[in-house]
Amino acid sequence: MFPRPIQQSGQAAQWLYTIALPVALIIWLFPLLGVALTSLRPASDLAQGNYFGMPSGIAWENYAYIFTKTPIGQYMVNSLWVTIPTVVGAVSLSLMTGFALAVYGFRGNILVFFMFVAGNFVPFQILMVPVRDMTLQLGMYDTWYGLALFHIAFQTGFCTLFMRNFIKALPYELIEAARVEGVAEWRIFWFIVLPLMRPAIAALSVLVFTFIWNDFFWATVLTQGVDSQPITAGLSSLNGQWIAQWHLVSAGSILAALPPVLMFFLMQKHFIAGLTLGAVK
Amino acid sequence: MAADMTAASAAPRRARKWNQRSIAPWLFLAPGLFMFTVYVLWPIVQSITLSFYDWNGLYNKDGQFTGTFVGMGNYAELMSDPAFETSLWNNLKWLVLYMAALPIGLFIAIFLNQTVRGIRIYKSLFFFPFVISQVVVGLIFAWFYAPNFGLFYLLTEKLTGQGTAILADPDLVTYGIIAAGLWPQIAYVMILYLTGLNNVAPDQIEAARLDGAKGWRMLWFVVLPQLRPATFIAVIVTVIGALRSFDLVSIMTNGGPFGSSRVLSYYMFEMALGEYGYRMGFGAAIAVVLFAIMMVFISGFIWKMWRDETER
Repeated sequence: MFPRPIQQSGQAAQWLYTIALPVALIIWLFPLLGVALTSLRPASDLAQGNYFGMPSGIAWENYAYIFTKTPIGQYMVNSLWVTIPTVVGAVSLSLMTGFALAVYGFRGNILVFFMFVAGNFVPFQILMVPVRDMTLQLGMYDTWYGLALFHIAFQTGFCTLFMRNFIKALPYELIEAARVEGVAEWRIFWFIVLPLMRPAIAALSVLVFTFIWNDFFWATVLTQGVDSQPITAGLSSLNGQWIAQWHLVSAGSILAALPPVLMFFLMQKHFIAGLTLGAVK
Repeated sequence: MAADMTAASAAPRRARKWNQRSIAPWLFLAPGLFMFTVYVLWPIVQSITLSFYDWNGLYNKDGQFTGTFVGMGNYAELMSDPAFETSLWNNLKWLVLYMAALPIGLFIAIFLNQTVRGIRIYKSLFFFPFVISQVVVGLIFAWFYAPNFGLFYLLTEKLTGQGTAILADPDLVTYGIIAAGLWPQIAYVMILYLTGLNNVAPDQIEAARLDGAKGWRMLWFVVLPQLRPATFIAVIVTVIGALRSFDLVSIMTNGGPFGSSRVLSYYMFEMALGEYGYRMGFGAAIAVVLFAIMMVFISGFIWKMWRDETER
């Protein structure tokens, strides 16, 4: 193990480490803690310049205000409307593409695979004008499905890379044996491979959920109004209205950050497994 | 006779099987490939074509494209455009400074790679910044940097006697945004290295320890070589993160003050859809430049993957 386990060091070093951990964490999360505290600070404190002193009370009304006086609830619902179909769509499509690329040695296999991988890395701006134009032409501009369709297509690139590598690591004998028995290809996919894909599906679902929930660029390019804008774009426009009302900006930020944070804590193992794909041989 | 019959019936069946197996992959690929072609591959071709046109994004009433062909005109304009030059320089700053995420992420990973009580909670809390949206990260740092009461402002006031409003200073603004971007990026790199450190071969470490290696020499000669896959992924995601820097610029400064914090991705958006009007062709040309820069790194990544695949 590297570094040497702290238990093998002297008593002093162990004490130092126990103190250093929480101190380092507080420094690391300092900006976030500050915003979390500000979101619960009464507006009157900020007006009097009391930014960091003792708050005069805990102001849950900041959250009540943004829920009742701004469309933030609607924005969050819109985000779900984009995020959930994207998760389902991208995971389903990539289960199939991943299966095709992992199991069959057809001509052009590696080419198709690399195309998915490379497409996943292109800058969004090279897609922006044509995708926006196409979405407008199809009458899907400013709708949740117009945004979700694009996300499904784009995320399929990353998901295919993941699924293909996962299926490749499954024992190939399973598929061979089924073929000898004369099982149809789609049945091999459905009854043999799919049940083994649960961990991969879980990992990709949390990752895609987080990516899409946090997306700002496409939300700005493909949606406009309160009826379809997701939380990221919504928060940005609210920020424009709330100039320097930091208690509201903070409360909105915390709210927007909450769903992915919950997702991460509930599905931590899967999340990290998905993110560190390829980080070990 | 009986043998002949089984041979005759086996032949078509084998052919059918072979057929099924050669068609099946394309059927499985079809929906994903279709979506990917329509929304990713074809738009790349369209954008490249569009970069040779001057177009305001509109169609005439017969639904025909109204752009005019200008050849290399958009690119020629870029060459003498000071805003483009600023954006390009800023992208370079992002690329170089973002690389700091690697050593810092590695340092935190080493710091956290212990087995004491509660360490798992510490690891996930350190990872936190990566999970939250860049919009929120941008707002958090805008608050942190805010003039008069922001913590950073107060800190500089205490240290130098005069507060620095970093987002209002054309010379410093880009560094301020990069620092905000580094926060989640370091968290990402950290998690990659933590996973890597978990898989370092313990016998090699012990052997090196017996040979008297420790500290820096151990890290450099024994541990880092084993972390190479993690380092490779970390470099790739950091480069992509640096070149995709749109959200933070948009949230924190809108490219200002005086356009000094623009990057290519933001400048492109401004030209094509922003307040400067709809110059789609010119925007596409900027996007093509960004795409070309990214392609250098993508090719490197694909080349490495190709080598790994053929080795196997």
